[in-house]
Amino acid sequence: MMNKVRKSVLAAVALATALGGFAAPAFAQRDPAYAAARSAGEIGEKMDGYIGIVGAETPALRKIVNDINIKRRAVYSERAKANNATLEEYALTAGCQAISATKAGEKYQAPDGSWQTRGGGAPQRDSRCP
Amino acid sequence: MNHVKLTGRMAAAMLATVALGGCITVNAPEEPIVIELNVNIRQEVIYRLAEDAGNTIEDNADIF
Repeated sequence: MMNKVRKSVLAAVALATALGGFAAPAFAQRDPAYAAARSAGEIGEKMDGYIGIVGAETPALRKIVNDINIKRRAVYSERAKANNATLEEYALTAGCQAISATKAGEKYQAPDGSWQTRGGGAPQRDSRCP
Repeated sequence: MNHVKLTGRMAAAMLATVALGGCITVNAPEEPIVIELNVNIRQEVIYRLAEDAGNTIEDNADIF
């Protein structure tokens, strides 16, 4: 009897772990290669809501940037539709937010199109950003 | 009307340049040309979408 209870508890724990494992992608973190390129300032946040290559282009950086931007576009598209907005409107808004969310040392694109390194203060953003 | 006159004058000037010099040199600008594609997006739209976009970024931390 006791053994049976213990077994069912173990099964419940195993199930919870498994479910937790499946739920994890919702809180997934950046791919290590993307995180490293971002920290190194090789990739920066653009005003239009997508990321770009800051310095010299390499096939590896291009792959990371394209991969992320395709995924972002899919998310923007879905959310824009849900909010009765255009893809460009939603992406530009997300760009405002993504630039605000950059950490010190990361690169972002200023309204004049130049790449800037995020400092301790507020970033230079489009005048329409909230 | 004014526009037509201006264009005509410009065309005449260009013809004169070609006739006299025979060659027009065009130099590329040193600064990169930034084309603002989003000028028609209004601030009120951005304000309306701001909260949702903020949540989207938080919910998709792997691609932001």
